[in-house]
Amino acid sequence: MDKLLQIQNNEKINRADIPHLPFETFRQQLLECAATGGKVVQFFAYEDEGVSKLLAVMRTDKLYVGGCDAPDSFASLTAESEIFHMFEREIGEQYGLKAEGHPWLKMVRYHSNYNGKKDVFDNNYSQDIPGNYPYFSVEGETVHEVAVGPVHAGIIEPGHFRFQCCGERVFHLEIQLGYQHRGVEKLLQSVPLKRMAIIAETIAGDTTIGHGLCQAQALEALAGLEVDKGAKTVRTIALELERIANHIGDLGALSLDVAFNPPSAYFGRIRGEYLNPTQILGGNRFGRGLVRAGGVTHVMGDEQKKLLRDKLAELTPEVEHVNELIFSAPSVTGRFDNTGKVSKENAEKIGLVGYAGRASGLSYDARVSFPTECYAELPANSNSKTDGDVHSRGMVRREEIMHSTSLINTLLDKMEEAKSYTPQELLQLAPHSFVVSINEGWRGEVSHCILTDAKGEILRYKVKDPSFHNWMGLALSLRDEGISDFPLCNKSFNLSYCGFDL
Amino acid sequence: MLQVIKNRLEQGHRTSKYPKEPINLYKRFRGLPKVDPKCDGALIQRCADACPQDCIDTKNCRIDLGRCVFCGLCETLSGGKFVTFSQNCEMGTASRDDLFTQGDLPALAEHSKKHFKKLFGRSLQLRQISAGGCNACEADTNVLNTPFWDLSRFGIQFVASPRHADGIHVTGPLTKNMRAATITTFEAIPHPKVVIASGACAISGGPFYGSDEIVGDLNSIIPVDLYIPGCPPHPLTTLHALLTYFK
Repeated sequence: MDKLLQIQNNEKINRADIPHLPFETFRQQLLECAATGGKVVQFFAYEDEGVSKLLAVMRTDKLYVGGCDAPDSFASLTAESEIFHMFEREIGEQYGLKAEGHPWLKMVRYHSNYNGKKDVFDNNYSQDIPGNYPYFSVEGETVHEVAVGPVHAGIIEPGHFRFQCCGERVFHLEIQLGYQHRGVEKLLQSVPLKRMAIIAETIAGDTTIGHGLCQAQALEALAGLEVDKGAKTVRTIALELERIANHIGDLGALSLDVAFNPPSAYFGRIRGEYLNPTQILGGNRFGRGLVRAGGVTHVMGDEQKKLLRDKLAELTPEVEHVNELIFSAPSVTGRFDNTGKVSKENAEKIGLVGYAGRASGLSYDARVSFPTECYAELPANSNSKTDGDVHSRGMVRREEIMHSTSLINTLLDKMEEAKSYTPQELLQLAPHSFVVSINEGWRGEVSHCILTDAKGEILRYKVKDPSFHNWMGLALSLRDEGISDFPLCNKSFNLSYCGFDL
Repeated sequence: MLQVIKNRLEQGHRTSKYPKEPINLYKRFRGLPKVDPKCDGALIQRCADACPQDCIDTKNCRIDLGRCVFCGLCETLSGGKFVTFSQNCEMGTASRDDLFTQGDLPALAEHSKKHFKKLFGRSLQLRQISAGGCNACEADTNVLNTPFWDLSRFGIQFVASPRHADGIHVTGPLTKNMRAATITTFEAIPHPKVVIASGACAISGGPFYGSDEIVGDLNSIIPVDLYIPGCPPHPLTTLHALLTYFK
């Protein structure tokens, strides 16, 4: 990895300083990094003055960046390391660059490519999704296939699932998405700056703060904006509230999926109780309109602080009691234990992130490895149960709820008043620059990456939601499981469709 | 068992008394905006130029609630002189035109009396379709099934099959990739049926307007009966719209 440049999270880099390697060297460097346990943060194609290029950001305990000119077709990295799997499919789809020898080269989101090259999948996009999509199939006397979706039996986003089963046992689950594709990256590269925050906040609505924060930090780095301590504290609190609300909602849903109804009713309501403080902070339950490049739109005064502190004091014991109720019931643990297991080895191989990774024993937490905002001064969390099953994913969330609560209380104690924010009507971004921003959203590593051109306009905007890594984890968790345990496994991951589909 | 009872006692009864008693939202909440058309023209222009959704009509001094995401920037920029966001959640309308407003929406109940009250007043079953929704609209619709809101006490349910439904509730900007599935689902519902567009996305494309990967306006594909603005609509906005329109 000696030929890649080591960088910091949210550091503005001159694009000229990024090592531009011959493709073969670039490929070797990435594979070398992967072989020593390195993971992909970003790996994407872009077009600069008519030339297609590749760029990768890798992480070990540090961050590295490197790039190269992209050949129209190139020897797939996935063939040697699975962590590149989705990224190479995406590169093929977005820029018509074919990873030769990729074992599963299928479309990701079903849209025509950005530069008018020949379509890698031979799709005709006037036809409806999924076009040429060779689903995995299994043959044999007692083998059958169950197809579900895109529209599911609930208030939930669309996606298509195919289970290859033998009786009730699942051989493999294939997850085909793309239905939610809204063209987010293309929009972010073309719309005026004033629209960008609104789009970032709606990449994945349950991760409004996570994505909003990534974008704000990236723009701050490129525009040279400083953020005051008080605003950083508000942002950190908002990100932790988002984490708590989502974890609580999912623990309730997990309980419902094993037919233990009381905790699901309690946590259904309590989840809302954690959205309301975000509304107290910024006027919206999901945190819309709170985080902006340069700070936060609403300062936290004594009144808001007191409301938040009182609410947490009221809710925390209730949450602990309901959690105790869930995790001490034998009928629950009987269903959670050993269900939907993803081994540490497999988790490493596909590069799981977030609580799903931590539940399989990968300790990576971006708040600890690449701290932003107030995280450098806050204590890390540790997890007691890391067996990779539904129980572990539930426990990690339970522990994170308590950890996040204590982080918020700590921050409230030493909170400085945030300066009032002036809306940035004119934001001037540095030309010829690059920045990558990473935050630990509630699902895991959220990352935005921006490249600017000679005029300081956005040349490429790349978004990565943790779900981009983790959907494969859900597929693996279903191997050799009963098909009726799908809802349980699914909820234990609770991945984002729109965050993946963009 | 003892723990189940202990928790039950601790949780008590939490269902809101709405609509008999109002639910008060915190003062920072941004609900129905109120526009002052007598405000200085230059200030109006500044707000319109800065509006990320381009939803301020300077000529008629109106805001398009179908596209507004309630970010509050116009209120901040004008110091409340041009726009102030109230804590009023009641924003559902029966016509797209009514959403271009200065803050005075027509009463929804009037319209309903002529149409759906008789059919669906006692029982309304809806099929939800997320067509590119970011999961905020979906989450805040789902929340209506939690004990605090307890939607089913009003005879309104979200059902699993379009065959069991009286209508669809659509969220998201109707992505190209969900177009066919949305139409198929709609067609699978027996007549008579209603169509609800929920959230800025379904009404106008919302934050994604202008993208060539979306249809952007549900009404251009399927005629919409009820519009529920917001990004996402507050659960109370949805509940109010459903109750006044159908009950």
